[in-house]
Amino acid sequence: MKKVYINSVASISAQKTFDSTQFLEEICSYQETVLPVVNPNYKDYIPAAAARRMAKGIKMGVVASKLALEEANIENVDAIITGTGMGCVRDSEKFVSAIIDNDEQYLTPTSFIQSTHNTVGGQIALGIGCKGYNFTYVHSSNSFESSLLDAKLMLQNNEVSTVLVGGVDELGTHTTKLYKVVNHIKEYIENSLTILNSNTKGAVFGEGANFFTLGNKKKNSTYAEVVGVKMYNTLTSSVSDIAAQFLSLQKIAVENIDLIILGNNGDVTFDENYNELTLGMFANTQQAYYKHLCGEFNTASSFGFWLASKILKNQHLPKITKLNDINKSSFKYVLLYNQYRGKNHSFTLLHKC
Amino acid sequence: MSKGVAITGMGIISAIGNNVSENYKALIEGKKGISKISKINTIHKDAIMVGEIDFTNKEFEDQLGLPVDNNYSRTAMLGIIAAKQAIEDAGIIDIKKYNTGLISSTSVGGMDMTEQYYYDYLKNGKYLQYIDSHHAGDSTQRIAEHLGIEESLVTTISTACSSAANAIMLGARLIKSGELDRVVVGGKDCLSKFTINGFKTLMILSDTYNTPFDENRKGLNLGEAAAYLVLESDTVVKAENKKVLAYVKGYANANDAFHQTASSENGDGATLAMEQALKVAGLQASEIDYINAHGTATGNNDLSEGRAIGRVFGSDIPDFSSTKPYTGHTLAAAGAIEAVYSVLALQNNIIYPNLNFKTQMKEFNMTPQIKLKAKELQTVLSNSLGFGGNCSTVIFSKSQ
Repeated sequence: MKKVYINSVASISAQKTFDSTQFLEEICSYQETVLPVVNPNYKDYIPAAAARRMAKGIKMGVVASKLALEEANIENVDAIITGTGMGCVRDSEKFVSAIIDNDEQYLTPTSFIQSTHNTVGGQIALGIGCKGYNFTYVHSSNSFESSLLDAKLMLQNNEVSTVLVGGVDELGTHTTKLYKVVNHIKEYIENSLTILNSNTKGAVFGEGANFFTLGNKKKNSTYAEVVGVKMYNTLTSSVSDIAAQFLSLQKIAVENIDLIILGNNGDVTFDENYNELTLGMFANTQQAYYKHLCGEFNTASSFGFWLASKILKNQHLPKITKLNDINKSSFKYVLLYNQYRGKNHSFTLLHKC
Repeated sequence: MSKGVAITGMGIISAIGNNVSENYKALIEGKKGISKISKINTIHKDAIMVGEIDFTNKEFEDQLGLPVDNNYSRTAMLGIIAAKQAIEDAGIIDIKKYNTGLISSTSVGGMDMTEQYYYDYLKNGKYLQYIDSHHAGDSTQRIAEHLGIEESLVTTISTACSSAANAIMLGARLIKSGELDRVVVGGKDCLSKFTINGFKTLMILSDTYNTPFDENRKGLNLGEAAAYLVLESDTVVKAENKKVLAYVKGYANANDAFHQTASSENGDGATLAMEQALKVAGLQASEIDYINAHGTATGNNDLSEGRAIGRVFGSDIPDFSSTKPYTGHTLAAAGAIEAVYSVLALQNNIIYPNLNFKTQMKEFNMTPQIKLKAKELQTVLSNSLGFGGNCSTVIFSKSQ
């Protein structure tokens, strides 16, 4: 079996991450419970006329994938695998409301077409002329991890040699309102950077696109090796038991994990899962988190994956992501754990190259 | 040559039947499930025909024993019914005995409820429970709950009309790589105003019975359905002494990279998908006995797919037909519906007629099989082609 490497990364998020020369040195904080992305100049990458027609999710996905290809210094890939919880949700909203408001009349196809979940993946393929395998996973907080597992299977079996993998989701106004009504989004925060102390229900929401080129050959640009990824739709055992099982499957002791990156989002009900690990099994491990920077969304864990990749390559942990006071000077193994509202848990293990 | 992955169970609900045997009976009797729409109050009801399932949501809720204040979308209920049948058909009593996953697919998800309560949620705070069942992964998770699949690999694929074919493909790869011992794969989609109006704006809905590969085809009929297959590793098949219905022998997904909704005129993506699937199966094109075509009866699909079939099979085109005249186009579920039909074709050595066909298309010299035909079959190739240029082929075989 071939090893699987992360050969380039790109991130568009509520931080200025699209500039790959920066690594969370300058931090944006927000006083709202919904965090929009810091937009790159899309027109630098997409012709202006095309950019105007594109949904936000498509724009973010297309540009993040271009940045990832550029960094890997490749023009095409063998496969494109996209994770998105909600697809281009703004177009779904537009089309549903148009149906209701106009009693099914005077409709145009654009928003229907863009609302299809695999639009981002299809548009990326169209843009670079990639006729290869093109899958889109739409399974809540495991959308990105499903894409990652699929890419890993292909690469380790040498069915392909390069894969573009990404997670993308956009914020929709109506959907955001609905999530506020059912307390999935917090009513109020003082500052996005202190959400872990909020002690309230719900999360701060966000959007973004994080894309990566994965390959089964190591390159100069390589960030890290993807050692393992595993998903669990539900937990019947404790999260510690599952973590222990995952580590034993990867044949690694908890002491050898240099950093655990967690998907805490400040939801007092569901952060329990993370607390069990940080206070228990990983109490003596350096800990980091990121949803105070990018917000919660179905593919927010792809931002965590971006963070882990950058840490392993730069051997530097940005201060703003630190969750405890343990300081390790070097990072070999980084473990990621994420879940959303008690479902769709995942563990991902990366190794320094 | 790679070994096929065993199919040990199937379940289905569609406009032509509520289980596998009802579907097969309708197929061989040439009984269409296409009618005027009765369960959705759309202004297009006189202008379109659909493949609708008889049961109302209330009847499904009763069948599944759901509480009054449940939040199941119709998509989820269809999925649960078909997936449960598949598990029963595979003779699975203890789902936890082996490492079992679920790979499902949908394009509509919970949109059927969202479009009903879209403004009510905010106006009067009613039906709030359905907010959570909108996203595409929800219906999959409900199936997992009803099957007792816990702490496992459960995910959802949405690649428009090729979704379920892709779910079958991923499932087969997960078994081959040893990631899972057993996996339930398939797809589900219900009818909704959203898809009816979407396809209406694209002007590809027929006002009468759909006629695949016919010169005068007028477009597709939308349908609703769900189908699931159980795939099991050789180890499980041996240990449990399982009856194997057929094998997933080959598969491939390729992209047309031509247009967001239209297929390329020469069917580049479909050609690639069929060629690569044959390669994975270790089969020559001449070894395919029957093609269950995507054949939606839109001007664009049938031309593009027909040309692709011509490119792959040359002058020696096997018997082919589309079963969309029976069920309508069931979108994300189509690949799974037609997988069940392909397996039934292999089991019964039968080729289904391409109903409603009258006039040969002028662009090529290809006539679908128009009468029910008995023929010894070893292999069936099934195509599923979708928006986003997404092209998938799955090959089913009698022998491994």
